[in-house]
Order: sequence, then structure tokens, then C-alpha cells
Amino acid sequence: MTSHPGNRAPSLAVHQLAFAYPDGHQALFGVDLTIAPGERVALLGPNGAGKTTLVLHLNGILTAGHGTVSVAGLPVTKDNMLEIRRRVGIVFQDPDDQLFMPTVREDVAFGPANLGLRGDELAERVRHALDQVGMLALIDRPPHHLSFGQRRRVAVATVLAMQPEILVLDEPSSNLDPASRRELADILRDLELTTLMVTHDLPYALELCARSVILDEGVIVANGPTHDLLCDQELMRSHRLELPFGFDPKSLAVPGR
Amino acid sequence: MSGGHSDRLYVPGASAVHRLPPQCKLVAVLTFVLIVVATPRDQFWAFGLYAVVLASVAAVARVPAPVILRRMVVELPFLVFALLLPFVSHGERVQFFGLTVSEAGLLGAWNVLAKGTLGVVASILLAATTEPRTLLLGLERLHLPALMVQIMSFMFRYADVIGGEMHRMRIARESRGFQARDVRQLRVVAQSAGALFIRSYERGERVHLAMLSRGYAGSMPVIVDVRAGRGQWLTAAALPMPALAIAVTAWSLT
Repeated sequence: MTSHPGNRAPSLAVHQLAFAYPDGHQALFGVDLTIAPGERVALLGPNGAGKTTLVLHLNGILTAGHGTVSVAGLPVTKDNMLEIRRRVGIVFQDPDDQLFMPTVREDVAFGPANLGLRGDELAERVRHALDQVGMLALIDRPPHHLSFGQRRRVAVATVLAMQPEILVLDEPSSNLDPASRRELADILRDLELTTLMVTHDLPYALELCARSVILDEGVIVANGPTHDLLCDQELMRSHRLELPFGFDPKSLAVPGR
Repeated sequence: MSGGHSDRLYVPGASAVHRLPPQCKLVAVLTFVLIVVATPRDQFWAFGLYAVVLASVAAVARVPAPVILRRMVVELPFLVFALLLPFVSHGERVQFFGLTVSEAGLLGAWNVLAKGTLGVVASILLAATTEPRTLLLGLERLHLPALMVQIMSFMFRYADVIGGEMHRMRIARESRGFQARDVRQLRVVAQSAGALFIRSYERGERVHLAMLSRGYAGSMPVIVDVRAGRGQWLTAAALPMPALAIAVTAWSLT
């Protein structure tokens, strides 16, 4: 893990965040979460725990009923919205939702172009982002001609092109075959970017994130080293988290330490 | 999930016609078609000359004749209609290949046939030399409302995705023993269509979220700039200009 000198503001600081949907359903009850620059954190939790609701608060798609969210010191408010959306790069679960432009090049350019980049600077940003995920060769292809794994990687590039402070991945390993899954892990590790990874894939969380938090019923119920959480059978069972058959975290050397 | 429906019409190439900016080609084809339609129908030679003009464009663009002929089948329904005209129209009767037909109908049929065919071939040439994507950029340059261009570009992007969803729903239906034999099964098909509509609507919402997350604020940024120079406009005029000369001559002869 990269440690940053000086006392920079945390990449992400969520304080006492509560939120209820207009229909009265309350999804979050005072969530606290802090992520230091360069840290990779997994957000675990059963379906319906409020993970997606939390993610949509990070870039101001949903606005807090109570509490605050700030990204590298900048609070999420209406006035800061464009800068917040640059700083928080969300990669949604279905790459077909994320990739909506007719070609890969235009899709990756969409974000930085919204930030006002044009010409050579924009082209360079696009090439660099695609290069980071190893997809530069497909720059002129339409997204619907790519394989699923390639689409997921291009989706990551679309937010990298905005040079985010924090990368937020919603189920990054879902629907990937094992090889694509590993390739994506290699890419994410090499990025050395602050990352919040929402996932059900516990081995993936262990592989990539030194720290995990468990969200259940709208509150953070656990926060600690991923290895410790996965080994706590009582904790895991009480929040409907299950390890895949045959996977024993105790038998593994802890990565990233 | 592969092999887009949308780019089947495009014949890759690097000819002068391919390289022209899309807005020049759009304007050229539209003007050409308008001129053809405005030509008096009894000046038969004019239509022959129009065909020659189109044939030379096809030759420059290296679009093979069989490709054009195959795609002309879209015209077939109109053709049938045109062929019926001489038999159902009123007016003076004339002998034509041993048949007694209406003269006005015969001319009407010729009118539909000739002008329709020329229009279709011109459009085929446009589609064969311009990628659908660049066609959209051309429309944007021609100041078509941005919202319409966005809608068309989403159609282009998601046609395959929605088609794929429809295909999977059909397979799932049939895997559970469903057979669409007659009109009684229409209800099930209609329900699938409804489900597909709702899924697409929800996808639209998710896409919108993804767009907002990347700083979308209501207008698409111009990413690819397709500017056209004076020389390119002049090159594109090589299609409508001869046509205009032909039309003017045809009119002065009537």
C-alpha cells in the first residue's frame, strides 16, 4: 500500500450519513466511513443493505437527508457538483449502462469533455486512460462489439479519464470469467488509486483490499482488516455473508502486508 | 452479441466519396433527390442521364453493382404498386406490349418507378460510403436538433443490446414449452413486449445515472469534429450540379 506523506484530507469522508427514499423507506442510518489517500477498501454486505444507496451519495446523485460526505476535503453540495463528479469515478455494474457512446474513444472522452477538455489534451487523456486498462487497441471499436471483460475494462477507463481522487467500483468481478477477473485485479492493483469496491466476491475483496467494511441494514457493522473480518465466522454468518465452498481465508497468507 | 445490425449497410473503403465529410454527402444526396423529383416525367432521357451520374458516383466509390442491386429490394413494395397503376387508372387507353392500359397510369407508374429507383440508389450509395456514426455527426453539423441526434445515437448504440434481450426472452419462453402458433398466443408475446419496454426504460434510467456521474449537464460535448472545407463542398456538388443542369434542360424542352 502506498502511504502519502503530509496530512492530506482523507480521499473520502462520510459522516453520520442518513437517507430515506421519498416513499419513506429508510436505507441509511448514520453511516461513518473514512478512506485515506491510496487506500483500497471493500464494502461488503448482503443484498438490500444500502450499498448502492451509499455509493450514489458519494457523487451527489442522491443527497444526504442527514450527515455529510466530502471528497478530498470538498463537501458534496450542489455548487461543487461538477468537481465532485470529477473526483469520484463510479464504475457501474453493467458496462452496457456505462458505455453509451457509439465508439470507445468517444465514450472515454465523454467525461473529460464534460469537464471542458478539448483537442490534443482530450485525445491524450483518452489514450492514457485506455492504455492503463490495456484497451488502447480497441479505441475505434463500437462498445457493443467488445467482449464483456473488455467492456468492463473500458468502463473503468471512462472514469480514469477524469483523473478521479477515488475510484468506486460496483461489483467489479460480476459476470467475468476467471481470466478476465484476474486481469481486472491486476489492473486495479497497478492503478494505485484510492478505491472503494462494492462486492459480494469475498475472495476478490481479500485479494485486493487490505481493509473492509460491512454494511447491513443501513449501518456499518464492522470495519477492519479484510482477513480478520472474513475469519470471524460469527460476524459473517450474522450478516448473510458466505465464503465460497472450499475457500478458507485462514489458510492464506495475508496479501498486502 | 456481436455483428451490429447497424453497420451492415456500410461498405468499407477509402475512396474520394468515402472521405467526404458526412454533411456534404447528406446535402448532396438530398439536393439530388429533390431535383430528380422536380423533373418533368415525360422527359425520359433525363432519367437515363441521372442514372449515369449515379453510376459514375458508384464507380468512384467502388461500390460493386451487385451490392447496390441486392439492396434495391427494399423498393419492391413500391414497385408492385407502380406496376398496378396502368391497370387501375382511368383515362385514355393505349396499347402497351399487347395490353390495353391507361395512358395516365402508365406515365404515373413510370414516374414512381424512375424517381423512386433513383432516390433509393442515391440513398444506398450514401449508406454504403458513410458509417452510421459519422452520418449522425453530419446531421449534428447540419444543425438538426441535438436532442434528436442524441436519440438516434442511443438507438444506434442500444439496438443490439435490446435485440439481445428480446432474443433471450424468446429463448426463455420457448424453453418452457411456449409455441407461437396462432393469434391466441398473442397475449404472451404482448406481455413479453411490455416487459422488454420496462427493462429498456429502466436501462435508460441507469444510463442517465452513469451520464450524470460523468458530469453530463444536458448537452453532449462535441468530441469528434467533422468540419468541411470549401473544396469538399465543391467535390460533393459533383452529384447535384450535373443533375441540376439536366433538370433545367428538361424543363426548357417541355
